[in-house]
Parts: sequence; C-alpha cells; structure tokens
Amino acid sequence: MSASETLVVETAARVLADLADPQTIVQKRDDAWKAPLWSSLQEVGLDLAWASETAGGAGASLGDGFGIVREAGRAALGVPLAETLLAGWLLDRAGLTAPGGPMTVAPVRPKDHLTLDKTGRVNGQARMVPFASDVEHLVVLANGDEGPSIALVRMADCKLKPGKSLASDARDTVEFANVLPVHRARQKESGAREKDVLLLMGAAVRAQQIAGALERILELSVLYSQQRVAFEKPISKFQAIQHSLARLGGEVAAAASAAASAADTIANTSFDDDAALLEIAAAKIRCSEAAEVGTGIAHQVHGAIGFTDEHILHRFTLRLLSWRDEFGDETFWSLKLGELITARGARELWPLLASR
Amino acid sequence: MSLIHFDAMRLPDHCQELRKEVRAFLESEIAAGTFDPDRPEVGAKNADEFSRRVGAKGWIGMTWPKKYGGQERSFLERYVVTEEMRIANAPVRRFFVADRQSGPTLIRYAHENIKQDVLPRIIRGELFFCIGMSEPNSGSDLFAASTKATKTNGGWLINGTKVWTSSAHIADYMIGLFRTSGSTRENRRHGLTSFLVDMKTPGIACRPIGQMSGQRDFNEVVFQDAFIPDDHVIGEVDGAWKQATSELAYERSGPERFLETYDALLALTNAAGATPDVRVTVGIGRLVAQLHTLRRMSVSVAGMLEAGREPVVEAAIVKDLGTVWEQGLPHRVRELASLLDLEDDEEDAFRNKLDFELKIAPKLTIQGGTTEVLRGIIARGLGLR
Repeated sequence: MSASETLVVETAARVLADLADPQTIVQKRDDAWKAPLWSSLQEVGLDLAWASETAGGAGASLGDGFGIVREAGRAALGVPLAETLLAGWLLDRAGLTAPGGPMTVAPVRPKDHLTLDKTGRVNGQARMVPFASDVEHLVVLANGDEGPSIALVRMADCKLKPGKSLASDARDTVEFANVLPVHRARQKESGAREKDVLLLMGAAVRAQQIAGALERILELSVLYSQQRVAFEKPISKFQAIQHSLARLGGEVAAAASAAASAADTIANTSFDDDAALLEIAAAKIRCSEAAEVGTGIAHQVHGAIGFTDEHILHRFTLRLLSWRDEFGDETFWSLKLGELITARGARELWPLLASR
Repeated sequence: MSLIHFDAMRLPDHCQELRKEVRAFLESEIAAGTFDPDRPEVGAKNADEFSRRVGAKGWIGMTWPKKYGGQERSFLERYVVTEEMRIANAPVRRFFVADRQSGPTLIRYAHENIKQDVLPRIIRGELFFCIGMSEPNSGSDLFAASTKATKTNGGWLINGTKVWTSSAHIADYMIGLFRTSGSTRENRRHGLTSFLVDMKTPGIACRPIGQMSGQRDFNEVVFQDAFIPDDHVIGEVDGAWKQATSELAYERSGPERFLETYDALLALTNAAGATPDVRVTVGIGRLVAQLHTLRRMSVSVAGMLEAGREPVVEAAIVKDLGTVWEQGLPHRVRELASLLDLEDDEEDAFRNKLDFELKIAPKLTIQGGTTEVLRGIIARGLGLR
C-alpha cells in the first residue's frame, strides 16, 4: 500500500469516526447524522473516489477505494457510500460523468436482468436495490442487442416499491418501464464477463465491508470480555471464552485475507481471467461464512446486552448478515466457481490455485 | 490498526519459474516409477534415492546459509517446492522434518562443529530426522517431560521413554527434549534441554505402535543409559523453553497444514466430470473457495517469515483453520459422493481413496500443536492471557 493510499483511507476513517460513530447513532435514534456526513464525504471526494477526475470524481486507485469500503464496513455504515463508489466505478468504465450526490446500482441480484431496447430505453425489474429510496440517481447495467451497456438513470423516472434489509436499510424494488437514461454507453473494455462486472465488483465490495465489520466486532468482543466480570473475574480469563474469541480471530483473519486478495486481484487482473472469478467468488463465499460464525460468537460473548437496541453490536450483526445476500450469495458463487472448476477439469484445479 | 493482519502477498515470478522446474522433476520421477502419486499410502520404493536427488537439486535446506551448503534462497521459494511436493504426494518424509524444523533449530542453537557436520548431510538428502517430544505423561504439556538426561563425564546419559514418535525406527537423528533438572517454583518450564541424538547410539530401542490408519509410523522409543556427547546439547542447558516458540511458526503455517487430505477433493472433482449434479458443483465450489482462502493466508505468513518477522499468532491461525478444514474435507466429500454416477471399479477406487483420508483425518488437529494449544496462542495474541 503506497503512502497516498494510506492517506485516503486514513481520511475515510477519520471522517467516519467523527460523523458516523455507531455509539452516537444508536443513542440519537434519528437520521440527523446522515446529511453532515455526506457533505463531508463529498467535500474530500471519498464518495466518487473511483470515478476519474474528468468524470467528476477523485480518480483514486482501486486499492484506495477498497480501503474506503473497508472503513465503511468498520463503521457498519448505513448510507450508500459503497454503492456510490460502485456507481462511480461503473460510470467510469463507460466514460460517463457522475452527477454528484449519493447513487446506487442495479441489478444486485443475479436473477434480475435489465434490458436496453433499440430506442435506448431501460426495461425490467430489480429487487433489493440498496438505498434506492435515498438517492436521486442509479447506475444500471442493461443488456441490449449490442451487449451490455451502462446507463445513468434518474430515480424519479422509475417506479419504486420500498423494502428493508435485515438492518432496516432501504432495499427497494425498482421497476423500469421504458425509462430513458440521462446518459448511456458501452464499457470501454469488452470481454466475456462484461455482463457480470457489476456482480463481480459488487461481491468484492461487500466482501471488504464484511471484513471491516468483522474486524470491528472482534475488537468490541475482546474489549467487552476484558471489562465484563462474572464469577468474580473478567470473562476473558475463562478458557471457553478465550477459545471462542480465538475462533472469531480466525474467521476475521480468513475474511480479511480473502477480501484483500480479491481486491488485489481486481486491481491487477482482467475480469476475464479465471483467477478473477476464483478470487472474487472465494472472497464472497468465505466472508459470508465468517459473517455467520463471527456474529454468532460476538453475540455469545456479549450476552444479553449485545441483543439490546441501545448497544451498537446489532448495527454490525444485521448488516454483516444482510451483505451476504447481495451481489450473489454463497450458493450462487459456489455454483459459479464449481462450474469453472469442473469445466477446467480436476487436473487443472491445483495449477489454478497455485497461480495465485 | 487491526488486531490481526494478513497482507495480500503474491509469490514473485521467479517462484513460479521454480514451480515449473519442480513439476518437471516430479513428473520425471513419477515416470521413472519412484512413487505413485495416486497411491501415497503404499509409500515409495526408492525414497532414499529420491531424497538424494532432491538434495542434488538444491531443494533441501534451500533457505539455509551457504557456509553449511545451503543456498540462502527465500522462504517463498521453499514454499513453492513444499507445496508442489505435497500436491504430487512425493515421498518427502525422509527429509521434510529436517528441512522444516530440525535444520532451522540446529542453525540457531547447535554447536558450530555439529552444524558443519550435520547440516551439509541434511542438505544432500542423506539424513532422516525425528522429533522426540511426547511422552506417556507429556503431550501438549511439553514441560511435563520426565525422560532424564543426567550429567556424566564428557556428556549425558538418557533414561526414559518417548512415545508416538513418528519415523523414529528409520530416523538417523532425533531432536529430543529431556529433563536436565527439576522445574522451579518460579518457572515450571525450567529444567528441560534440547539434544541432538544419534539414533544408532547404544541404549536406544524403538518399538512400533500401530495406528488406526494402518500406517507404520509411530514408535515408542526407550532410552537406557544412552550416552550423548556434550557438544550435542542444542542451546542452553535447562533453557529449552526459550527456544520452543520461534521455530513453531515454520512448522505451523506451511501448505502441509491444509493439503493433507487434498486428494479427497481431487478425487471428487475427478469423479464429478464436467457437468455433475448441481449439488456436487456447489459443493466443489465452496470447498475450493475455502481452500483458496487458506492458501492465500499461508502464503501471506510465508511472506512475513521472508520479511524477518515472527508471525507466531498468524501461523497458529493458519494451522487452526487449516487442520480443522482438512480434517472435515473427506467428510464433506463423503456427503457428496452419493450424488456421483460411478462405475463399480471407479467407485471402488474412489472409496479406497476416501477411506484412507477418513482414517488419517482425526490426527490432523493433534500433531504439531493441538487445536486447543493453538487457540491458546491466538487468545494470547488477542491480549486475553
């Protein structure tokens, strides 16, 4: 990681610590924190870090952006920072300009497909679109006769059916009926996985968020175990608790390694390379597994207090669990990865693993 | 910032070049009939000659100082050699213990004349090492060892028994832990000393201990007034506890800590063919995702070792996750096996392979540091102890 990358990520950590502290958020119980946070993120260019400077963004590296996303995970952030980064990244792939303000992307479910007709209008339905009701624009990947295109769409032109994630963040159904985009264009780089780039990149982003949030619940759990006294000593002194936290540490390490490896792969490898599919699928699968085990242990260590709405743990738990479902869940990516492995044949399994 | 950190370390290009060279060497050995990669359980006919040819390639002790015959190559290069040997089921037992842990221990703590005598022979593939740690009443609790080394003229007399000592019956040397004085009230770890033991020394007897896997590997090693010269003491008398932890990072994080039952996944993928039942496809995908993640973590630890760090906690995490995973792997494969469509003879070969992996699986979370010991180390790293 270069010095400038560190600086960007440090800035993200500072802004989020100042304006999106989970403890303050659970105490205030309102959304008043969101507007000042967003203007601060915009001011330092973190929201559009992945859009190039000519497209109105900050033109940061892929590594920087993944670092920002990880910080968003560490804060269990409930505003569309990761989604706006993704939207900016998609626009940039097609050479389109970002409009400013928070954005989201669609589709995020592998089964949802949007189409682009001959007159350039978007049709179809996308479910579980993150924060759709909180943004003015969304960036979609839509298939037309020429192949997949990227389009910037106004939310006001779409029909919206509100929904919620496990963490009560907006996850809405968006219907597109002959929607004329603000801009649209093909991606600058074409390739066999051109139509899957949003799922692939989105999966890597969610993996980073999961890794960041897991790191934070490990810290919270270790700290709590050292403070909470039961049977006349801190519960951190009980071997059963130590072994549970050691397992949590292992899951955090696995998630962080898998997510970092996938991010590094995207920064250095084409999506068409089989290695990219391996790395991204593995990261989304392994991080999602760690989310289940990790949240289970964190809650067990915290006991009843961790289940209350005044404690911050639920902000992490519920997002960790819901992020598993977006941009392909474990079963989806296991199927994709299994198809890749069986198509290549048993003899080619080890060479693929060893090439990474 | 975070409590645990693993970098996204990549093996550099020259390592991938070395990988090709190792693969070509192993293919020629397989073609020559030295070993059968599909039947590791039967062992190799010519393991001794194989060791010497690996030594001639410069792949034993390859990170060690040149003055002892080593090449001062990187841990990352050694990593590649280790994983290719493991994946091919090459007969590495004869040199691997010395390469992984006995040699590095000698380099750090042995007398200079011992290093000059022993290390070049390890490097040439001529010496087979075993490790004398466990005793009837001392396993994970190393510091409970009671086999005695009593000072005598010019050396030490060993009396007592080591058990479950892998390969002691064919090893040339043991690095053993023996009691040279009692523990103290202040330090129960005090009083143990590490020795280099020539296994041909009079007064050493090995008796086989059968294993549930059918392998012939465990031994009971009985010492009766076995004489060990003074210069065979490794490190500080009574102070072996100071030497115990650093070497374990090498032992704990290597590819052999998650690839031990890889053949079960290979057999499943092979039997599955190109378009299996969707449940088999999903099962393979998930196992590969888990394996890939373990390998990436293990490579990351190799990078930390190469950078001169002592990643004791990270290595413990790799071994904990890796051994639990490889222990479960044959069971996961078994769950999917009913969905495979195999001819009778294919089914027999598949079952034989799976049976072998199922039988070795229980030991994987015990040898070289149990799951419980590892979680204690991780807990200490988290600041809980």
